Amino acid sequence: MIVSERKPLAEIRRMIAPYQRLLTLGCGTCATVCGAGGEREVSFLNSALRVAQAKSGNETHTLSEYTVKRQCDLEFLDPLVEKVGDIDAILALSCGIGMQVIAERFPDMPVLPGVNTSFMGAVDEYGVWDERCAACGDCRLEETGGICPITRCTKGILNGPCAGTKDGKCEVSKDMDCGWILIYKRLEGLGQLEKMRRYYPPRNFRTIPRPKRIISQANIDTGEDND
Amino acid sequence: MTNSLFEEKLQSDEFLVTTEIGPPKGTDNSEMVEHIDLLKDKVDAINITDHQSSVMRFPSIGGCLLVKEHGGEPILQITCRDRNRLAIQAELLLAYSRGIGNVLCLTGDSIDVGDHKEAKPVFDLDSVQLLRMIRTMESGTDIGGNELKGAPKFCLGASVHPEADFIEPQLIKFDKKIAAGAQFFQTQSIFDLDSFRRFIQYAAQFDVKILAGIIVLASARMAQFMNNNVPGIMVPQAIIDELSSVEKGKVLQKGIEIAVRLIKTIKEENLCHGIHIMAVGRERIVPDILEAAELVRVSPK
Ligand code: SF4
Ligand code: SF4
Repeated sequence: MIVSERKPLAEIRRMIAPYQRLLTLGCGTCATVCGAGGEREVSFLNSALRVAQAKSGNETHTLSEYTVKRQCDLEFLDPLVEKVGDIDAILALSCGIGMQVIAERFPDMPVLPGVNTSFMGAVDEYGVWDERCAACGDCRLEETGGICPITRCTKGILNGPCAGTKDGKCEVSKDMDCGWILIYKRLEGLGQLEKMRRYYPPRNFRTIPRPKRIISQANIDTGEDND
Repeated sequence: MTNSLFEEKLQSDEFLVTTEIGPPKGTDNSEMVEHIDLLKDKVDAINITDHQSSVMRFPSIGGCLLVKEHGGEPILQITCRDRNRLAIQAELLLAYSRGIGNVLCLTGDSIDVGDHKEAKPVFDLDSVQLLRMIRTMESGTDIGGNELKGAPKFCLGASVHPEADFIEPQLIKFDKKIAAGAQFFQTQSIFDLDSFRRFIQYAAQFDVKILAGIIVLASARMAQFMNNNVPGIMVPQAIIDELSSVEKGKVLQKGIEIAVRLIKTIKEENLCHGIHIMAVGRERIVPDILEAAELVRVSPK
């Protein structure tokens, strides 16, 4: 899932200052699961903003709230059409993708990021998420025993551990596992250490086309969308 | 043809001595030049470190040019942390054109251990890929497959950690560095000769030269600090205790004594092809170490 983290309240208050009527908009998918922008967080945030506003005494924002199933998908945004007439800005608690789809769908509506989109990851334990993939576009998990060297090694290197690893941890922190030690152990367990002995050439960092675009393979195969 | 005098020495049976000098943080090179003049005739080659521990400094190539100007034999250190493949290739072209013949190929420490923690970590390549890229350039094309007008040629070195607490993955990387073209290794600092002997037994199957990394510890606190903060250094408790056992003012002397003891054993047992002395900021004491270890050159080259 895409993991985000709520921005500090003070930053959000600075952002919303120019706008009178705000819709705090949650996302029912990743942002809900990672506890940054689901229905509950939308309502918490609005309460916090109201309390802060009452304390400050000189702000008069009107705050409404709504949560769509998925902000990154146009088909779930129709219910917003009737709401945008009564507001001056959307405070979006979705990942940056969701925010941009909202901005494209409502060209006249300012969209403010209420969260920082941080990484793609998985839950470690309740309330803790760990980065697991950087969408490098060339997945090599087959070669590395299902452990991503790009995100789980601080340097994202491909040919084995650096010399800094100690006690199975990364040179930058005693709290972080060294990705390459994990990979070694896993490949050893699988009887596939020869995969680590192979040489892996430099990564392809080509950024063009940017933004990247994927055209459905199924459509290419049937000749649709393939002009 | 390489510009490397060091490469010829690698092929001899001489016990080789290299050392390293850290460039200044700033434009004042006077101390680095003093260190170069002090050491250039006493060792077989001088590494100039490349933003060691990710701390921004005067560049390795700048120091290497000074070593050349002053009549010494430089080893250019290149890490993959700060430059992408274009910048590294360009630097190699410059190095070769200015007579620098040796390159130590390193991945580089994490940005996070240094003094610019918010900088973008590059790591476009790793050490193994860097070695291969240089060998590709030597064959006449850049890493993009484009022809070079004039190809460089280098004597290539790399690093290895013989005392890593989990050695197997390090040995796999060591093998890959050799396959990629490393001719010599300057090891991470060694203390425990038993594990070093085991490593040497393993390394004997390859046609590469090993220079044992010898770090000079100036205090027990420095040793503790390095254990906690400097990647790839593991000072055993026994050495820390030994440093703590002497009175203040004599600790550096003790550190030198420990270094000399290691060097002498390595030389007497003929464990490897030479040593690489890392005095970390105390380059001035390197001649004393060489003297105490009876490694003084009778006639400078
Ligand atoms: S290698 Fe890592 S970053 Fe690349 S796609 Fe696979 S999991 Fe994601
Ligand atoms: S210690 Fe391990 S995870 Fe950290 S940079 Fe080195 S290889 Fe990567």
